[in-house]
Amino acid sequence: MFLEILSRYGRVFLCGGIVCLIGQLLINKTKMTSARILVTFLLTGVVLEAVGVFEYIEEFALAGVTIPIIGFGKSLAAGAIEGARLGLFEACTYGMRSVAGGLTAAIVFGFVFALLFRSKSKTA
Amino acid sequence: MIGEKEYAALVKQASPKTNEAKTLFAAFCVGGVICMIGQAFSDVYAEFVPLDEKSISALVGMTMIFLGALLTGLGVYDKIGYYAGAGSIVPITGFANSIVSPAMEFHSEGIIFGMMARMFGVAGPIIVSGVCSSVAVGVIYYIAGAVA
Amino acid sequence: MKLGRQTYAPEKCVYISHVADIAGSDEACGNLRGYIDQVLDCGEWGCDSHEKAETRMREEAIRSLLEKAELSECDVDLMLGGDLVNQIVPSAFSARSFDIPFSGLYCACATFGQAIAHASMAIDEGIGSAICCTSSHFATAERQYRFPLELGTQPTPTSQRTVTGAGAVLLTGKAPLWRCPEVTAYTFGRVIDLGCTDANNMGAAMAPAAFDTISAHLRETGRKADYYDLIVTGDLGRLGRELLAQLMKREGVNESKNLNDCGCMIFAPGQKCGLGGSGAGCSSLVYCAYLHKLLVAGQIDRLLLVPTGALLSKDSSLQGESIPGIAYAVAIECR
Repeated sequence: MFLEILSRYGRVFLCGGIVCLIGQLLINKTKMTSARILVTFLLTGVVLEAVGVFEYIEEFALAGVTIPIIGFGKSLAAGAIEGARLGLFEACTYGMRSVAGGLTAAIVFGFVFALLFRSKSKTA
Repeated sequence: MIGEKEYAALVKQASPKTNEAKTLFAAFCVGGVICMIGQAFSDVYAEFVPLDEKSISALVGMTMIFLGALLTGLGVYDKIGYYAGAGSIVPITGFANSIVSPAMEFHSEGIIFGMMARMFGVAGPIIVSGVCSSVAVGVIYYIAGAVA
Repeated sequence: MKLGRQTYAPEKCVYISHVADIAGSDEACGNLRGYIDQVLDCGEWGCDSHEKAETRMREEAIRSLLEKAELSECDVDLMLGGDLVNQIVPSAFSARSFDIPFSGLYCACATFGQAIAHASMAIDEGIGSAICCTSSHFATAERQYRFPLELGTQPTPTSQRTVTGAGAVLLTGKAPLWRCPEVTAYTFGRVIDLGCTDANNMGAAMAPAAFDTISAHLRETGRKADYYDLIVTGDLGRLGRELLAQLMKREGVNESKNLNDCGCMIFAPGQKCGLGGSGAGCSSLVYCAYLHKLLVAGQIDRLLLVPTGALLSKDSSLQGESIPGIAYAVAIECR
């Protein structure tokens, strides 16, 4: 039982770490800014899901690939693929439907916390 | 005066380099830990929340976004980011950070034209590219399905 | 009197009679610890925006300058100033608190040199006294040039930290009774662009401009680099200073040991400031808090102050433009 949990979380740590390490390599080598990094990883997630390999990676890596923004891209693509079985309208809208929770949370919490807090000048 | 190409070479040779090992290690560790926290929420929710698998994974994402937003509000997330680099950009908490930080920054320009209008200054490209690519995938799958 | 294509020497004596400065807490616990007049308790300083904090900082600096000089507002003929915020708002807004004619200037971080050059010219033309004040604030500059403050980004290895601070000097044609630094020559800078595109490497973008202005100044005044006890550039940072030294060596301007940089002088090792300080307030703060005191105390007699500026905007970088640099040289001597 304990060993099982250890291996599970070890895998998550390793895979999540590797994904972020690739991001850092991109930053160091290409001087990409954070928005570009996020877009790149998101599109990677979309592509991985669209070609059908994401679920195999996820089976091994668990949250190690779903917590990085790749997982967000995967949800978008998975929703669209699911919708495509129902019709063209659903093919276009089910992607957003599947990430509605995350987007709503980001916008609402963004709004609430921006009301509550102000950005502060940073010390050196 | 020195030529452009020659000067570019001089700058390149004199510029300090990124400490690769240190930044990569920090990104690896912080990114790994954030994912482990997400996994922990996922395991706990699976045990105690009576929802289907998909909703649970959405809920985990929302929880992480909440945490990212909270740490940004408290002024902690940018300090983590200073050391972790991609380790705190790539996880979904970094997405939350990229929405909350401009909203906070432009609070001083008012709620409508400051906070609400500028909220997507950093995250806008992420949402646009995500939505457009998902529509593209959906349409391709629809056409492929219709043909088959 | 025109000495050359870019360099002029005032025919009247132009004295820098008083200085006043104000800085953030990080600057005050760096290398200039103990030299700074007034220190902000935090970046916000009781204001509800950072732009307002910068405006207030300027007001305090100018007010304390007037107090030190025992002048009322109507005794000063002209106020010149600039900063890094859009439409130089802090400069203009701080000027509305004073009954002094105002002229707003912009040459990014080189504005301090530009202001002293223009003020010297004005005094030569018969103006009695003028105030030059430039400022910058870390938080307003981050918003202006980079990202929201709370965004978790990592600075690149060549980045510099914008100085939070303001420095104000009083230039006057009337000789004071004490040992007083004088502006003896000033050189207008040319805009130099060697194709640097990295907005996080301002030192490299500005070093050629600093080199161009320094060599023009030396050529046109007929002086050698070692005529000056100190040649201090504005905010090149450690990389820019190194590049400037290499350029001078290459072009045969004798590489001088008296070369330094305000951006390198201001922060102490161990502070998270990248390769040093930057900003329109960097050179004015270091001059007012430190270099002016060295001149008055007689530790140095001849100073060449070369504030440097990178003339970019956030949009120009996005449009793929390279970064032009500019530098002004001001010779400040005690005779």
